[in-house]
Amino acid sequence: MRHIISLLLENEAGALARVAGLFAARGYNIEALTVAPTEDPTVSRMTIVTRGDERIIEQITKQLNKLIDVIKLLDISGADHIERELMLLKVRTHNGYDREEIKRLSDIFRGRIIDVTACSYVIEMTGDSAKLDAFLANLTPGQIIEVVRSGPTGILRGERGLHL
Amino acid sequence: MVFRVFRVELSGAEIVVQALKDEGVEFIFGYPGGAVLHIYDALFGQEDVKHVLVRHEQGATHMADGYARATGKPGVVLATSGPGATNLVTGIATAYMDSIPMVVLTGQVPTPVIGSDAFQECDTVGITRPCVKHNFLVKDRRKLAETIKKAFHIATTGRPGPVLVDIPKDITDPNVKVPYHYPETISLRSYKPKVKGNPRQIKKAAELILQARRPMIYAGGGVILGEAAPELTEFTRLLGFPITLTLMGLGGYPGTDRQFLGMLGMHGTYEANMAMHECDVLIAIGARFDDRVTGKLDAFCPYAKIVHIDVDPASIAKNVPVDIPIVGQVKPVLTDLIAELKASGKKPDADALAAWWQQIERWRAVDCLRYDRESPLIKPQYVIEQLWEATRGEAYVTSDVGQHQMWVAQYYKFDRPRHWINSGGLGTMGFGMPAAIGVKLAHPDSDVVCVTGEASIQMCIQELSTALQYKTPIKIVNLNNRYMGMVRQWQEFTYESRYSHSYMDTIPDFVRLAEAYGHVGMRIEKPEDVRPALDEAFRMKDRLVFLDFITDRTENVYPMVEAGKAQHEMRLPPWINVDRELA
Ligand SMILES: Cc1cc2nc3c(=O)[nH]c(=O)nc-3n(C[C@H](O)[C@H](O)[C@H](O)COP(=O)(O)OP(=O)(O)OC[C@H]3O[C@@H](n4cnc5c(N)ncnc54)[C@H](O)[C@@H]3O)c2cc1C
Ligand SMILES: Cc1ncc(C[n+]2csc(CCOP(=O)(O)OP(=O)(O)O)c2C)c(N)n1
Ligand SMILES: [Mg+2]
Repeated sequence: MRHIISLLLENEAGALARVAGLFAARGYNIEALTVAPTEDPTVSRMTIVTRGDERIIEQITKQLNKLIDVIKLLDISGADHIERELMLLKVRTHNGYDREEIKRLSDIFRGRIIDVTACSYVIEMTGDSAKLDAFLANLTPGQIIEVVRSGPTGILRGERGLHL
Repeated sequence: MVFRVFRVELSGAEIVVQALKDEGVEFIFGYPGGAVLHIYDALFGQEDVKHVLVRHEQGATHMADGYARATGKPGVVLATSGPGATNLVTGIATAYMDSIPMVVLTGQVPTPVIGSDAFQECDTVGITRPCVKHNFLVKDRRKLAETIKKAFHIATTGRPGPVLVDIPKDITDPNVKVPYHYPETISLRSYKPKVKGNPRQIKKAAELILQARRPMIYAGGGVILGEAAPELTEFTRLLGFPITLTLMGLGGYPGTDRQFLGMLGMHGTYEANMAMHECDVLIAIGARFDDRVTGKLDAFCPYAKIVHIDVDPASIAKNVPVDIPIVGQVKPVLTDLIAELKASGKKPDADALAAWWQQIERWRAVDCLRYDRESPLIKPQYVIEQLWEATRGEAYVTSDVGQHQMWVAQYYKFDRPRHWINSGGLGTMGFGMPAAIGVKLAHPDSDVVCVTGEASIQMCIQELSTALQYKTPIKIVNLNNRYMGMVRQWQEFTYESRYSHSYMDTIPDFVRLAEAYGHVGMRIEKPEDVRPALDEAFRMKDRLVFLDFITDRTENVYPMVEAGKAQHEMRLPPWINVDRELA
């Protein structure tokens, strides 16, 4: 099962290495990881996407909690939550047909074209990871120059939140 | 944070030494080098923190570790950057695996050159990260005192463990002084280990315990670490239940008591492992369901409902699912559980318990630890039994790793906690002798013995020199079987006796080696000389005596749960036929 674990951790040098090292040492899988400071500069927020059965996820959360730099964590996939990932995508647009077709498709997926040259577009798109996957599936491999994905971040719906 | 207000200004080096004093540190085990020279200069001429100069940094970690295990206080280590720090890694990992409180201070190259492959630079924080509870790189001398306080706080609370503080040389510069404040207490928002257990869980546990018909208590190192031997003893006696201890738990309940079934696990007793397998309620206390205990996981305690008390939530349900988890320190949890049981006014079913004990006594009658007492060769088990008698069971005993370690665990009946000191989790050969030096420094008036093997002892043999310098007259009992016995035993059992590189063709003359280091050496070759030699050695109160016992080299450790087997599928010695015994 895919899980999204949100963490608040001390914004200390090495905190990221501790988390990454834990996953490597214990053989847990990291599908994606994002991290950035929060409104409180001493605290970072990290989002980890991982996979595993219930027992493994339980161990992952316990082992993460054990790290001294981890202040709080929550498996947000267990609750009603919103997930968003940012994708920047560069595509080839050799002819008028491509340009029209890609623009139309991007509009359908609520993407924005943020850079244009004679033969390329840069498209910005956010959504949950499945939506970004679906968009990519509609392009042919020859059209894609590069794909940059941020990895998902997430937040709980409603008033409840992960905060200090 | 509460600050004691000092109007003093100190250099980083002075801060290190003053912080150790304020922390009440008695001994620091260390070895100098460029990056810590400022600190060594600050140590010079003061007597509050006694520095023990080792011969190899690994020795320093094991001494600090032995000191910590024997006292409950954190062991403190100091080493230089680069090779000094890398030499510590084995000892830090040893302490980490057994949850031993330790604070390790290392020098680092000056801040401006970090990352430039400077002389004796290594990423100490990176190298040690996976084997410490936490570590720090100090980049601001104004935070040095507070960081050292944090290190002691983290090392000694919750589930204890080693904490490393890496200090760049410029931070300890004697010419730059800053105000010194050593916080008396500290609180970290990200670290709040639990102490008391959840009352609802404790109530549930009491209910389950009172319904047990074939109960079993399985306790481990957490009882020793959490100073809970008195509570465990009261709990066990109150209920009249059988109890077994892990290798790390020995001494947590009196080893000579009838309710004690001996150690469990790979080299546990027949009765302990059988009772584990057949029990219907298992009360696990400060033990972590290690694979050397459980054997094949899916056949572990198949009939049992399990209560597990542990301060570390990650220990609970890690290997084995648990019915009633209780997160907290053993001591307060057992105190509350005892109160709950007493308040209930109920007792477990007496008839069921009597029948269970009858069954256990039949297993015990197999007498699985019996061995050949008529042999003309010295049997290692005999040496340990005699050691136990000669020291009235009161010595602090350290060991290295191998067969000799298991024989101490089986034949030296520890009645008190913190007297059995060995590397269980990492299984570090070379641990025993330096650890014994650390123990002897802590308890100069007690007998301290290191039981070792001729292979293990050579891994930190250089510390014999440290032992002379600091007048730590420990006794070394070398069970010399001219084999890496534990390796040879596995090769005998699973590799058709192909003894691949488990034998050393060249073994030093330990008597002369001991003498060369300024100690007394004795070689003992006949069973009748074992006891007189031990007695003579213990009479030499102020000398380190190296007793080289030439033992039966073919002896194996029994019982044994071989790899992949379930806990009750033990290999017993060839001279015991269980079916006949139980018939
Ligand atoms: C050659 C060899 C053979 C071995 N054979 C055996 C064997 O036959 N049998 C055996 O038992 N072991 C054996 N071992 C040792 C084994 O590898 C493990 O080290 C040992 O079983 C672990 O003991 P433990 O479960 O008591 O845990 P420890 O490592 O002592 O861990 C303590 C547990 O208690 C918890 N804890 C710590 N402090 C507290 C507190 N204050 N309150 C509550 N909980 C606390 C910790 O979180 C942890 O879960 C062998 C080792 C070697 C080298
Ligand atoms: C540092 C280290 N290297 C290797 C091992 C693997 N090992 C475990 S026991 C053992 C043999 C120990 O021999 P000895 O000290 O003579 O003890 P004996 O088993 O003969 O009593 C070895 C090599 C280890 N535990 N530690
Ligand atoms: Mg040997």
